[in-house]
Amino acid sequence: MSASFRNFIITRILLTIPMVLILITLVFFVMRVLPGDPIRSQLGPKVSEQQANAIRERLGLNRPLYIQYFDFLGDVLTLNFGNAMTQGERPIKAELGERLPATIELTVPAMLLTVLFGIFSGAYAAHHRKKPSDYGLRMFSIIVYAIPVFFLGLLFQVLFSVRLPILPLDGRMSPMLLSTFHPITNFYVLDAILTRNWPALGSLLQHLIMPSVTLGLVLTGPFLRLTRVNMIETLHEDFITAGRARGIPEKRLVYRHALRNTFIPILTFIGLQFALLLAGAVLTETTFSWPGMGRYLVTRIELRDYNAVQSVIAVFALFVGAISVLVDILYAFIDPRVRY
Amino acid sequence: MSNQKETLVQVRDLSVTYHTRLGPLSAVDHVSFDIYKGEILGVVGESGCGKSTMGKALMRLIMPPGEISSGHIIFDGEDVMQYDQKQLRDFRGRRISMIFQDPMTSLNPVQRVDEHLIEAIQVHEPQTPVEAALRRARTLIEKLGIQKERLRDYPHQLSGGMRQRVMIGLGLVLNADLIVADEATTSLDVIVEAKLLDEFKKLRDEFNLTILMITHNIALIAQIADRIMVMYAGQVAEIGDVTEVFDHPRHPYTEGLLRSVPNIELDEREELYKMGGEPPNLSRPPAGCRFHPRCAQAMPICAQREPELTEISPGRFVHCWLYQDHPQEVAHA
Ligand SMILES: Nc1ncnc2c1ncn2[C@@H]1O[C@H](COP(=O)(O)OP(=O)(O)OP(=O)(O)O)[C@@H](O)[C@H]1O
Ligand SMILES: [Mg+2]
Repeated sequence: MSASFRNFIITRILLTIPMVLILITLVFFVMRVLPGDPIRSQLGPKVSEQQANAIRERLGLNRPLYIQYFDFLGDVLTLNFGNAMTQGERPIKAELGERLPATIELTVPAMLLTVLFGIFSGAYAAHHRKKPSDYGLRMFSIIVYAIPVFFLGLLFQVLFSVRLPILPLDGRMSPMLLSTFHPITNFYVLDAILTRNWPALGSLLQHLIMPSVTLGLVLTGPFLRLTRVNMIETLHEDFITAGRARGIPEKRLVYRHALRNTFIPILTFIGLQFALLLAGAVLTETTFSWPGMGRYLVTRIELRDYNAVQSVIAVFALFVGAISVLVDILYAFIDPRVRY
Repeated sequence: MSNQKETLVQVRDLSVTYHTRLGPLSAVDHVSFDIYKGEILGVVGESGCGKSTMGKALMRLIMPPGEISSGHIIFDGEDVMQYDQKQLRDFRGRRISMIFQDPMTSLNPVQRVDEHLIEAIQVHEPQTPVEAALRRARTLIEKLGIQKERLRDYPHQLSGGMRQRVMIGLGLVLNADLIVADEATTSLDVIVEAKLLDEFKKLRDEFNLTILMITHNIALIAQIADRIMVMYAGQVAEIGDVTEVFDHPRHPYTEGLLRSVPNIELDEREELYKMGGEPPNLSRPPAGCRFHPRCAQAMPICAQREPELTEISPGRFVHCWLYQDHPQEVAHA
């Protein structure tokens, strides 16, 4: 790795800091501007002002706002988020340790589905431009893009667990297997493989299908369309004509030459879409009672649990930042024209 | 070249139409000519006169919105227009190959030079192992004046001249019978261009290639071509032996074209000739001879009827009313 490439990576990492900072600052203040607070949201209006003040003091909410803010920044910096402010006030770190793996286990297959299906069907549509399959795929991309996640999820639930009961309705695994299952990393699929618990693995995968397909499909639309447009452009480039003139088969030109060139701009797009994927995960987890970060976030927003919400958003922001850095590094490796 | 000319390609009545938003555009219009084995046939004409389109049409590379709207291409006795997709793939690259106008954009930016060459070989000869293909690529590329270390480079790492040599290498690697070189050297500086053209001639002699050389550089083509074809507005204006055409141009367009070639020995007082008018819009070409609006020697018939491409002396074809009998009705009108 050259020195300039290292500099590039360092600069790129440094550049994500303001992004994360702005986001968590925003969340910090928006939470406090919203009506309601962690005490009233839990105990209701019946609690006396005195009691409320006592709790406020315990949670540190009576301190000046700027102190609370810098305190929170310190928590993010050390990745030691402190305790939640509601519902048992569990350490947020413990909560994240259980829920983050669940969210990753959901989003990774979803992302793979989105990227692979989106890119290949986009390339296919470009190859068969203006043919029925092209129109069909474009229509499909609009439909899945326009359908709200929860509606698509609900539709799947009705179809595949109620009408045609082949898949479990919700949750991460069958409750009957929980007693036999011993998580190690909290990445359940991985744990099931590590402990050779095949019934659990089967149940986990069955539970994973609907939520990950739902989440994956919703983001497929933009990928499909972007790939298609880029491919059509690439297929008009001189080097494709030149390849055709050399007798290179059309399929090879489309799925190798053109796709490899098209993939480079699409890669950047993956980074951008990752934020949307997390947003989609929040809704998917709620729809499918998936015990991940998203569902945690939704319940804690309702409870005005400042600390928990801030921390989850900070983790999301760090993730999005990390992914975008990773994408840029990958970009440098994939595109031979980019050399540092 | 031997006196006994063997025909490699017969192009008959070839037309290409682009279906544009403004209606059909006749980029190549009923073109007929022969290409002889082992010759260098130069193709000249103003920008937009259909040279590239004609070259691509020879390998049936016209893509929508364009189409070959009429004609036959008889290559070594076979009608290329009858080929199916598989036959076409086999034909392209192996029998006929093309060196494109722009070496900057004609190589796949994410493919290394050797990958280009090996792919070309293996697509046509799947049984050739990679090492053998690589050896062949290496020998060829060194012959073209590129060090073999450069084979591992990506196109953007090469200079324009080197890239063009790679393009030429890709055109030669399968030992195609006919090379269509479309402005293959235009993007290079004069010295490199002259050198490469010279190499073309050597390669022709060495591999017994047949080359269709499309170019703007009339002065250079005069030195390496055996015959020359002048195109105007999608049609053949004149074909003939290069010295004959240059010494005694017959078609008024050829005459004008030759007079507008800058000449180093040009007398100070003599001004460079500029042909009047513009080439026509090919969506609505003029009736009769497409050149008549710009022609100083135009006659009434020229605006009414299209002349035939007529052989006025052995091997010399001209597309002009000055050299053929006028039909009765018009002549008396
Ligand atoms: N893909 C296309 N779609 C529509 N029209 C086209 C297309 N390609 C070429 N043409 C038109 O066909 C005519 C001939 O173009 P062509 O590129 O063959 O000319 P050329 O003689 O090679 O010109 P140049 O010397 O500039 O390379 C031009 O009028 C051009 O505008
Ligand atoms: Mg051209």
